Amino acid sequence: MIARLALAALTRRRARTALTIAGVAVAAAMLLDMVMLGSGMRESFRGFIDQQGFQLRLTPRGTMPFDSEATVGGAAALVTALRADPDIARVGPVLGGKHFVAVDTGVVAGFLLGLDPTAQGDYRLEAGRDLAAADEMVVSTAWLVATGRTLGDTIRVAGGYDPQLRRATGERTLRIVGLGRFQMLAASDRAAAVPLATAQAMFGADRADRVSVLLVETRGGADAEAVARRLEAGEPRLTALSTEAALKFVDERLGYFRQLAFILASVSLAVGFLLVTTLVTVSVNERIGEIAVMRAIGVARARIVSQIVLEGVALSVAGATLGLGLGLVTARWLNGILATFPGLPAAFDFFRFEPAAAFRALGLLVCCGIAAGIWPAWRAATLPIATTLREEAVA
Amino acid sequence: MTSAAPVLSAQAIRRAYPLAGRSVEAVRGLSLEVMAGEWVAVVGTSGCGKSTLLNLLGAIDRPTTGRIVIAGRDVSALGDAEATRFRLTGVGFVFQRFYLMPTLTAAENVELPMAEARVPRAQREARARELLAYVGLDGRADHRPFQLSGGEQQRVAIARALANRPALLLADEPTGELDARTGAEMIALFDRLNRDGTTIVTVTHDEELAQAARRVVHMKDGVIVDDVLRRPLDARA
Ligand SMILES: Nc1ncnc2c1ncn2[C@@H]1O[C@H](COP(=O)(O)OP(=O)(O)O)[C@@H](O)[C@H]1O
Ligand SMILES: [Mg+2]
Repeated sequence: MIARLALAALTRRRARTALTIAGVAVAAAMLLDMVMLGSGMRESFRGFIDQQGFQLRLTPRGTMPFDSEATVGGAAALVTALRADPDIARVGPVLGGKHFVAVDTGVVAGFLLGLDPTAQGDYRLEAGRDLAAADEMVVSTAWLVATGRTLGDTIRVAGGYDPQLRRATGERTLRIVGLGRFQMLAASDRAAAVPLATAQAMFGADRADRVSVLLVETRGGADAEAVARRLEAGEPRLTALSTEAALKFVDERLGYFRQLAFILASVSLAVGFLLVTTLVTVSVNERIGEIAVMRAIGVARARIVSQIVLEGVALSVAGATLGLGLGLVTARWLNGILATFPGLPAAFDFFRFEPAAAFRALGLLVCCGIAAGIWPAWRAATLPIATTLREEAVA
Repeated sequence: MTSAAPVLSAQAIRRAYPLAGRSVEAVRGLSLEVMAGEWVAVVGTSGCGKSTLLNLLGAIDRPTTGRIVIAGRDVSALGDAEATRFRLTGVGFVFQRFYLMPTLTAAENVELPMAEARVPRAQREARARELLAYVGLDGRADHRPFQLSGGEQQRVAIARALANRPALLLADEPTGELDARTGAEMIALFDRLNRDGTTIVTVTHDEELAQAARRVVHMKDGVIVDDVLRRPLDARA
């Protein structure tokens, strides 16, 4: 009967209740999105650093991680030495640079990645086949769109462009054998991957036998961090960054974002709390006479409190449920927008749904709903019965 | 029904209200005894302290000083939980403005105090039906208060007050909001209740209601000035 009275209190003013639930739902959606944003960037970063199982990135010492300009020489010897290391299972050398393709309207520029197709973590094949010969390449969808070519075409590609002579350098005739999704690059980037030796040759003499990054997969049981320290000690030209360390680095960089997300999430919680308190307070004020009558005929304080708290709980549960759906839809929509944002990796999810974190956040919102009901409930339960009835009779 | 022990005994009760920095006494040293089976009408001009007295007797309010014993229980010194329990089962209260729960049906309104007293569902539904039939509302059990007339609402309120079989029924101006004819019907219902053994205290300035009671107590400025036994308890019609 108490539950019925609580529900009746909410259904008596349907429009008002619906508006409040909508408000709580918006706050819940915001809260959820902020929680998803907080963990999403970190987790999707881990996702693509971890891709293909490489735990270490070896880069030229003294450069920032992911700086594509810096390279290190003696690549072949380095790779051979690394492959001989008992703690290392796989080595994937990568050389990054630019490439140019002549089209009817001018020149299309894009990224060129030289890599070992049997040990690479840069792209995932989506159509066609992988690189098998020196004159083959795998390209991104944006590359095909920009050049107007299709899978199977053969095309002249330059590794450099000399502006003084207005001449392409390091030209090769390559066959497009595969379509790839380049995880580290934005969907709008024109990207092409070729075997490492091909790229080294195309970039000219100053890039011969050089690499930008060496991806390393450690053997099961080996401590990636310890291997990283050992490699750094043995090869002073390189910095070894483990996935964990990279994540830590990213974490520090993302600190601002997460702080912002945390603040906005707290604001959402506060908004949800205030909405519920406001509605419950208004609803209690409206029924203050009824509550006094219930107290007068012997309804216990605890029952009044639970009835009113139940109202707050019903509001916040309904709001949180709606907010879950709303939050997921908006997160998806925002992810869609950000995926096409220039310069951002396509595989990067800003908002990632993690059930445990999401339900913890929504649970917190429901707790706020409970807390929101407590003060108006207590006020109602402790009202002076005779005086309230008297005031109601006058009103 | 007749018993030597009073159901209600109020001794030198006072109730002061703070008013504009001063304290104003609405009830000032009033004593009253009501025997089981009696029907007492408290009459007096508006503002003489009738409602205040009834609230004190019903443990809705607490006297500043004095003692109130109902059915052997000192209700003037109860804590909130005990006073609430006493209001639930010890007395039945009928208000001038009916005060039914607007979102509950007539039957549910009658069941509310029984649900609070943890009477099993089947039992309380049966008793609610029985009580509604007693007050003449057989066919209206599923109606909501707004679908009932004033007289009908007051009947539901009386059924609600009787739900937990209280020792005493208290009614504050029960005919105050009703027209003359409906008021007369209400008086007949109180009379029937009293004849069936319910001890009643009504507060009123309705002469007809007062005339129907066995005993009329006149109040003025917070004290009893006259106490007339019109019909002795054993003088049953
Ligand atoms: N809660 C209250 N606060 C202040 N004064 C009150 C309160 N209740 C009653 N009074 C005063 O006490 C006096 C008696 O009121 P009441 O018992 O309602 O009289 P009656 O029911 O006989 O009309 C009045 O003067 C009224 O103003
Ligand atoms: Mg009065």
